[in-house]
Amino acid sequence: MNQMKMEHVPGRSLGKVTLFALSTCGWCAKTKELLKELGVDHYYVFVDLLPPEELEEAIREVEKFNPAGSFPTLVINEGTRVIVGFREQEIREALG
Amino acid sequence: MSSEAPLEAEIAARCKKIAREAEEGGYHLNPDHAFTMNLVRGLLINEQRFGYPSCPCRISFGKRDEDLDIICPCDYRDPDLDQFNACYCALYVSDAVLKNEVSVGSIPERRPPRSARKAALSGTSARLTDMALPFPVWRCRVCGYLCARDAPPLVCPVCKATKDRFERFI
Repeated sequence: MNQMKMEHVPGRSLGKVTLFALSTCGWCAKTKELLKELGVDHYYVFVDLLPPEELEEAIREVEKFNPAGSFPTLVINEGTRVIVGFREQEIREALG
Repeated sequence: MSSEAPLEAEIAARCKKIAREAEEGGYHLNPDHAFTMNLVRGLLINEQRFGYPSCPCRISFGKRDEDLDIICPCDYRDPDLDQFNACYCALYVSDAVLKNEVSVGSIPERRPPRSARKAALSGTSARLTDMALPFPVWRCRVCGYLCARDAPPLVCPVCKATKDRFERFI
């Protein structure tokens, strides 16, 4: 987890918000845009762009919060709240 | 993992081809052109990365035999179209979406988790016991097309899935 490189997007702080996404996925792109629009401080990582040695670790991390291991997975405050998929209403309620 | 990004013209051409094949088989692409083009871009990127167009919305380790179920069109498209009016990525949508009767959204993942997939790979799938048939029957895992011949066709005539997507049915 520590060596996995995450991009930081500064903004309103609502605790630690982490988006696990794929660079090729449409719903991931929409989720990323929504976080930007909401202006919330967050980190994101495109798991498919990680070097192979970090890929397994990243997927395990996702599976910890979302057993399906699917994307996008949005982890709020170390898993206090986890939102899987582009659930626009839920994300707006949690981070709006 | 990186190679040259697909060109816009390449994406547009592929998009056209996928759309034509979809319509021929009775399927439809998402009418949101920008969204669809972006997914096709992802398919082309995955094709460059792995040698096959695996689902842009699912992670791949680049092993074809482990990814057969998520090569686009994936094994989950048809049940997702039936239940949610769109495939997991929303590249393919139902008639109702085209007619503006329903809208598409992010849907739950139907693909079993990794642990379950590993277990399934080691087991054999259930099929009817061999009967006295002159030919074995092969089933396309993507669209359910059946054919009775010595081996599956190179490409499914309905959904264009490749030979290795077929399973022995009877």
